[in-house]
Amino acid sequence: MRWGRVPVGLWVPAAGAVVLVALPIAGLLLRAPWSDLGPALASPDVRQALLLSAECSFGALGVALVLGVPLAWVLARVRFPGRDLFRALVTLPMVLPPVVAGVALLFAFGRTGLVGRYAAWLPGFPAPFTTEAVVLAEAFVAMPFLVITTEAGLRQMDQRYEEAAATLGAGPWRRFWTVTVPLVAPSLAAGAALCWARALGEFGATITFAGNLPGRTQTMPTAIYVLLESRPEDAIVVSLVLLVVSLLVLVTLRGRWLGTG
Amino acid sequence: MPGRQQALRAFVIACVLLSACGEAGPAATPSTRLSGSLIVFAAASLSEALTDNRTQLGVANPGLALTFSFAGSQQLVAQVQAGAPADVVATADEAVMQKLVAGNLVEPPRNFARNLLEVVVAPGNPKAVRSLRDLSRPDLKVVLAAPSVPAGKYARQALDRQGVQVQEVSLELDVKSELQKVESGEADAGIVYVTDVKSAGRMAMGVEIPVEQNVVAAYPVAVVKGTKSHQLAEAFADQLISGPGAEALRARGFLPP
Repeated sequence: MRWGRVPVGLWVPAAGAVVLVALPIAGLLLRAPWSDLGPALASPDVRQALLLSAECSFGALGVALVLGVPLAWVLARVRFPGRDLFRALVTLPMVLPPVVAGVALLFAFGRTGLVGRYAAWLPGFPAPFTTEAVVLAEAFVAMPFLVITTEAGLRQMDQRYEEAAATLGAGPWRRFWTVTVPLVAPSLAAGAALCWARALGEFGATITFAGNLPGRTQTMPTAIYVLLESRPEDAIVVSLVLLVVSLLVLVTLRGRWLGTG
Repeated sequence: MPGRQQALRAFVIACVLLSACGEAGPAATPSTRLSGSLIVFAAASLSEALTDNRTQLGVANPGLALTFSFAGSQQLVAQVQAGAPADVVATADEAVMQKLVAGNLVEPPRNFARNLLEVVVAPGNPKAVRSLRDLSRPDLKVVLAAPSVPAGKYARQALDRQGVQVQEVSLELDVKSELQKVESGEADAGIVYVTDVKSAGRMAMGVEIPVEQNVVAAYPVAVVKGTKSHQLAEAFADQLISGPGAEALRARGFLPP
């Protein structure tokens, strides 16, 4: 449809939507200290938060891939009673307020928590105030994005390829790796990107469960929150980093995997 | 439906009355009745005392509606700088209030209370923490407030004076989150205000810090410039300095200014 024929009742609110999204971002860009980007990014606490965020978000993605892809396969391929309820349960962290997620994690993995009470001595246990706790909080909140995207891909996939592989004598494990995973790769990649971006931006669950200590549990969003009171310029610079990363993820996703580009 | 119409009429009348109250904040001395509504931004450590105060003031001033926002003082100041609609601001630190004074955002602040620090531990003190010096013990998980939070600033001053190095596990963003980490058992010890330990009741206990090692926190209150309820805000601040507000503060362990 050409511009001239778009009804006023649609383009006016559509323009409003653009303004709603664009104004705050424009505000951020206008306030950014462009000449001081380098020094701000090089300051030790900012760099520390960037590195820790990278480490934790990829760690969370790793956890989500190892646990979430098999879960997506089970949800897509196995019929069992109460599957819809089960799916709702495992995707609950997507809609749960992050602070609630943090409190729930404390009750499970905290010193007096369900598991934490007995298992806190294990090496690498995600006890509160540890980097492992950050990874766990991010994985908890972000894994559902991978699971539902991958599950949708598995459902849309043409299962006759798997059946053909089966008639040729490939066992289920081999079929999964050599047929299913390559065919579902675009959805898997899209889900992984969404999951990673969500993990990178995680704030509420992290600060509630893992606390705030530079170099150990202070990720980029927490650093932004803390810096905003003392060095707002640096907070804006870190925000810009998150903004650019998120934008890259979205542009890449739409162009390559969602087929709308 | 006549019932509904009546209800609507009553509602409209109530609204008119309420808004009338809001406009006409009386020039009050601490003892006169206040009426209207105020938005009060207050340091997290004031939360119990001021919510007590809400009921006490409620008894003294049935027409007064207070809405509180409690957070770390540094957050409150950042919010007021960004134009948050507060009528009154009360912080746990004079330095952080000076940022608002320097920005010409508040009228001259007045101190209304003082507070002291205390080490907070689990009930019964299972880790046998006796002094500030003990906080450097490697077997303790110690939480502090972040240096930008007044409680965190004071705690660091006290530790520095004793030459104590603390390896904290977390820097919390307000003193109540810090207290909560000890109450829940996630951390073994922290440095909070005497009043926080008192408000924690049976959830935590305090280890006294001797006066010569302690740091005094001064609490200033200021009326935000450009508030529509100027007189009421002034009167509220007066009641914190002497009156029902001050009484509630003393009852919670705050010292006079």
